[in-house]
Amino acid sequence: MLSEGGSFMKGMAMGGIFCLGLSLFGSFSPATEHGPGEQHHHHHVKAPSKDELTRLSDGHVLELVNQVRVSCIIMVQPKILVHWAAALDTWSKHCDKAVFYTSESSKALEAVDLNEKDDWARLRKALNHAYENAGDLRWFFVAKATTFAIIENLKHLVLTKDPEEPFYLGNAMKSGELEYVAYESGIVLSYEALKRLVNVLQDEEKCPERGHALWAMSEDKQLAVCLKYTGVFAENGEDSHGKGLFNSKSVDSLITDSMRENPTNVVEGCCSDLAVTFNDMSPNQMQVMMFGVYRLRPYGHDFHDLLVFQPPEGSDND
Amino acid sequence: MKNLTSNFIFTTGLLMGFFWIHFLLDSNYIKERRGHFIKHDHHHAVKNRTPVDKSNGTIRILCWIMTMPKHLETRTQHVRATWAKHCDRVLYMSSESTDFPTVGLNVSEGRENLYWKTIRAFQFLHQHHMHDMDWFLKADDDTFVVMENLRHTLSRFDTEKPWYLGRRFAPFLKKGYMSGGAGYVLSKEALRRFVTGFQTGKCTHFSDLEDMALGKCMETMEVELGDTRDEKGRQTFHPFPLDHYVIRTPPRRRPWYMIYDFYTPIEGPGCCSDLAVSFHYIPPPQMYVLEYLTHHLRAYGYRHRYHPDDKTNPNTTEPVEVQSPT
Repeated sequence: MLSEGGSFMKGMAMGGIFCLGLSLFGSFSPATEHGPGEQHHHHHVKAPSKDELTRLSDGHVLELVNQVRVSCIIMVQPKILVHWAAALDTWSKHCDKAVFYTSESSKALEAVDLNEKDDWARLRKALNHAYENAGDLRWFFVAKATTFAIIENLKHLVLTKDPEEPFYLGNAMKSGELEYVAYESGIVLSYEALKRLVNVLQDEEKCPERGHALWAMSEDKQLAVCLKYTGVFAENGEDSHGKGLFNSKSVDSLITDSMRENPTNVVEGCCSDLAVTFNDMSPNQMQVMMFGVYRLRPYGHDFHDLLVFQPPEGSDND
Repeated sequence: MKNLTSNFIFTTGLLMGFFWIHFLLDSNYIKERRGHFIKHDHHHAVKNRTPVDKSNGTIRILCWIMTMPKHLETRTQHVRATWAKHCDRVLYMSSESTDFPTVGLNVSEGRENLYWKTIRAFQFLHQHHMHDMDWFLKADDDTFVVMENLRHTLSRFDTEKPWYLGRRFAPFLKKGYMSGGAGYVLSKEALRRFVTGFQTGKCTHFSDLEDMALGKCMETMEVELGDTRDEKGRQTFHPFPLDHYVIRTPPRRRPWYMIYDFYTPIEGPGCCSDLAVSFHYIPPPQMYVLEYLTHHLRAYGYRHRYHPDDKTNPNTTEPVEVQSPT
């Protein structure tokens, strides 16, 4: 009996060590010795404050208006058809351009058929396609159809940022030494970041199509690894008060959390007024969100926002 | 034989050890480290928007919430923490008075006593608040109300005239009555007539159906039922939550919860006014969600499609317009 226990423990220990070894090996990239730049503990990109914006000249504002246009890259699959349809009918209408990329074609809805089952390979193809067809759009938002996004708030976040600089933003997470932007709360890339990414994707050593580690790393981590090679690092998108703008949970879930954690100040302690994304929302909840975000409001408030975003043509639920 | 068992146990251990470490590396432990990135400083969360426009504040609304002792902790406190703050005066009506504070109506709880509670509540309001309030809203402890929009809706009615407003239902009475759950409002004159009705015996407690029975008294006392739909014919008071109305559906026969509607209900995005006044059957978490969606979350710079004859003043710096997405 004892000898069996002993051999079990030996097995566990070896399994654990083996796993640790693989994990270290998998996330370890020799080319990321960037000296002092390596010491980034957390990077955040904050939305501009009202003061910052009011100080801008009219000419400057006009420039910003032109450069803050967003191309949405929306990843779908036939098995999430209801979310695909919801994204099509709700938030994606607020993108300057929205392209749906699917793993396989569906008779019900149109999309760019990448004909690819592997998640990472599919993401690569979509990003390449988006870059080649960028036109004069300079910001790229990558999301699955199960995410809900408020594009105007994304534009507000990057309003004063130069897309010719590399930006890679969202809900920044850490896995071991790797900082990456979580997929389910949406990924924002500036033109420069996407350009560098598309280049490094050609490098089979740094950025193999079938990924690094022995078992597949999720594609959002793969993306971070590739971008790191080009000197682009994940940054957390926050409002001017430091609240995260990219949420990996639904509004209901965040409110329930807040009722537990801040019972005397539930709403203020919850989520930003200018949140960009929520996740894990049903198609019906997305339709409710369209009403809640774009229509429902108390009579008599005026926010005096610096820019005006017109409602999209041919839409009736916003 | 023993070797095989031993190898099997070793392999099991190997796999368990592997997956356990893998799980640890990828889970909560990492998520806690991630917490460093997101610095919520809750104490400094500042409302970066212009304060509520109180210039319409000449319309004073008294909100009375129909509640009961066992709901104070589970429901009513969340009403108090959210929309009730925007009432000019709020009274929580219950069978007993407490430090909540609640007004004790001297009526027992129970469905059969709802109308008694309503009668006593309005008599109380008539006795104490005719002089300092213009309109009287009745709501349940699971009704969510947007007071600013109620104020805007009421602004087109004269409180010295007999007005009875809410979500109009068709059955039972010739002119119908207003849904209790969606909240209804009485003008000062309507309240006078209601109380007079009971004093003179013209109105009686003839039914347990609180909202319908009140509607009967309104009919008897010749109080008019107002149309609270917006300029586009969209409803403002809602007896069910938003998801019962706004979800896009193919044309179909009225669902059961719309059977009572006096005005032909619309399903889908055209159901509800942007300046919605109320929703019913709202549990506490949804109260906070609605509070967040109404008073906090917005789309920066978005130019709304619907513009009631707004009083918003254009400011000196013209905002720059961005082309709509095609």
